[in-house]
Amino acid sequence: MTASPTATPVSTIDVTGRGTPTIVMKHGAGGRAMRRLIEEVLVPGFSDAPVDGIGLAAMDDGAALRVGDSWLVVTTDSHVVNPIVFPGGDIGRLAVCGTVNDLAMMGATNPLGLTCALIVEEGVPYSLVESVHASMLAACREAGTTIVTGDTKVMGRGEIDGIVINTTGIGFTDRVIPDAGLRPGDRIIVTGTIGDHGMAIMALRHDLGLEASLASDVAPLNHMIRDALASAPGGVSAMKDPTRGGVSSALHEMAQKSGVGIVLHEALIPLSPVVRAAADMLGLDPLHVANEGKALLGVRGGDAVVDRVLDALRRHDAGRDAAVIGECVAERPGDVILDTGIGRRLVSESDGELLPRIC
Amino acid sequence: MTTVPSPAATAAESELKFRDPERGRALTSAIERTCDQIGRSPVTVMHVCGSHEQAIAKFGLRAVFPKRLDVIMGPGCPVCVTDLPEVDEAVVLAEDGVRVVTYGDMLRVPGTSRSLADVQATGAKVEVVYSADQAVRIARRTSDPVVFFASGFETTAVATAAIVLDDPPPNLSILSAHKYIPPVMEIVAEMPHTRIEGFLAAGHAATITGWGIFERFVERHGIPVVVAGFEPLDILAGLARLTELIRDGERRVVNAFPRCVTREGNRNAQRQLWRVFRTTGGMWRGIAHVPNGNLRLRDEFAHVDARRRFAIDLKRLWNHAPSALTQQCICGDIMAGISSPDKCALFGKACVPDSPVGACMVSSEGTCRIWHQYGGHPSL
Repeated sequence: MTASPTATPVSTIDVTGRGTPTIVMKHGAGGRAMRRLIEEVLVPGFSDAPVDGIGLAAMDDGAALRVGDSWLVVTTDSHVVNPIVFPGGDIGRLAVCGTVNDLAMMGATNPLGLTCALIVEEGVPYSLVESVHASMLAACREAGTTIVTGDTKVMGRGEIDGIVINTTGIGFTDRVIPDAGLRPGDRIIVTGTIGDHGMAIMALRHDLGLEASLASDVAPLNHMIRDALASAPGGVSAMKDPTRGGVSSALHEMAQKSGVGIVLHEALIPLSPVVRAAADMLGLDPLHVANEGKALLGVRGGDAVVDRVLDALRRHDAGRDAAVIGECVAERPGDVILDTGIGRRLVSESDGELLPRIC
Repeated sequence: MTTVPSPAATAAESELKFRDPERGRALTSAIERTCDQIGRSPVTVMHVCGSHEQAIAKFGLRAVFPKRLDVIMGPGCPVCVTDLPEVDEAVVLAEDGVRVVTYGDMLRVPGTSRSLADVQATGAKVEVVYSADQAVRIARRTSDPVVFFASGFETTAVATAAIVLDDPPPNLSILSAHKYIPPVMEIVAEMPHTRIEGFLAAGHAATITGWGIFERFVERHGIPVVVAGFEPLDILAGLARLTELIRDGERRVVNAFPRCVTREGNRNAQRQLWRVFRTTGGMWRGIAHVPNGNLRLRDEFAHVDARRRFAIDLKRLWNHAPSALTQQCICGDIMAGISSPDKCALFGKACVPDSPVGACMVSSEGTCRIWHQYGGHPSL
């Protein structure tokens, strides 16, 4: 028998898993392990195909595809969070804001619409789904967008943990802001206090008794970013939201892709006293803790431009604590250095799940 | 980092007193002057506390230490010196279905063949706690047997003693891997390759034991000891004093952390500690057998001692030869102060926090982990 060109294709998926390591939590934690999984396993092949714009190879917040004189930005994100409701937000608000913000970080601050794929575990109360819907609706209104299509699946008890939401967002922009746009001399702005979201969740999970004074910062940033971009046309050289892996991961990525070093000044980094206390208690570096309502901006063009961007940010609630926290240098490309006032050190990339230290 | 104004700002302000850059610079220059006066290079001092190394790294102090001052971290990480069989005991208990709760750092410490994180990934009940109290709360919530795999030096041992004395729930047992620091200082001071000229002692441990405990050590070894706290200025002030003592040939104990430490220490905590624990000799991983270095529960508390309540069979883990990588690990030399992470062939390559080879890369108090996280001492 000879092989016929119409033979049924045979799947090459290996379901035995023999001889390979298993996926563990750190592969989804936003640090080095996750980046390695994506770069070594998930991106190859797809990134070879020519794309007119920013595709998978750039590993940016989303894709930007050229459409006429404009750019269509597409981004997607799946949301799982335990607990589903946390101080300052819930999974519904997170699912909308995460995607709206990823679009905004590429420069698309007026989302055309979002898709929503919902996977629910059997046994979840009907009212929970209703309240997730209400929360998503409120967040969409805040961001000035809506859900334009969706998909719903139910899985058996124990096959999935409660509720999983995937959202995809699309929007247009005339100018794409990449991660990789930093140059020596650019200043780094953070739009407010860092670590609020991650610390609120961690305090809840570790039973720290600080829940009352911690709250997630989860919020749509698109209007604020739109005003910041408009305040200084061409002045914002790079943007990224410091979600999983925190400010450290985001800045490392920007520094590595841009080929610059970044020097941060610890005294300038906005941090709420209770996040600082909780981080000290758990032995965590707030630079590694996740944010869901903050952005990092590279700004080029001197003090006047920086001031205009800061003014625009501070006019919004989410940006009232915006501050310049550092600058880009030509030395030590790819590294992030922290000037502590007393000394200097390298900031590490987070490399897995954050575990509280012993004492 | 800048603290956004709020009612809690007063606490932050008092903390800033010990993080003032200007006073930091003054102390650094003082240390440099003293080292120049000593004239030798290097001037070698050792601290024996993971929290000291954390603070040194976190505030970037190595970048401002004078070139001729060598500040090495001794066996000051309780997780790093936890011996393989101690980890194995916890692993076996977890595999046998016992709920094991422990501090986060202990999770990934490799045992003979597996870590607690490994058995957790295959379904064993392993939970992280951040305090001894939390172990009690977990035990009260369940009827399962719960074992608190307790590690740490005098400081955390007192917290364990407190729960043992406070009528713990009957399903809670303690697997003590607690260690006692003073005996290992003797060992390290006598090691043939070390040339330690002064010790920086841990302020929190001394809060409990009192600084008087170091007087006999100084007498015996002729090496000065300075007790220091954990804010950056505490450490710089401690080092300034220690280098002065070395310069002047003064062999004595100086308390540079008087806002917390007294000569006698916390008598009440000491009473609790020694009521519950006794010292025994034992291996400290990579270092040596340390006489009186381990803290074990006294017979009187056999009813909460996991080693007496459970038959722990370690043999089944022993058909694994230690990996070739493990044999290249130089954690022991690093903790003894005769080598440093950058001299290890595995550091940052085969041994990273994701997949640690030695315990020093696991614990956030381990020298290798800290150097990896904060960049060692590159010139910045």
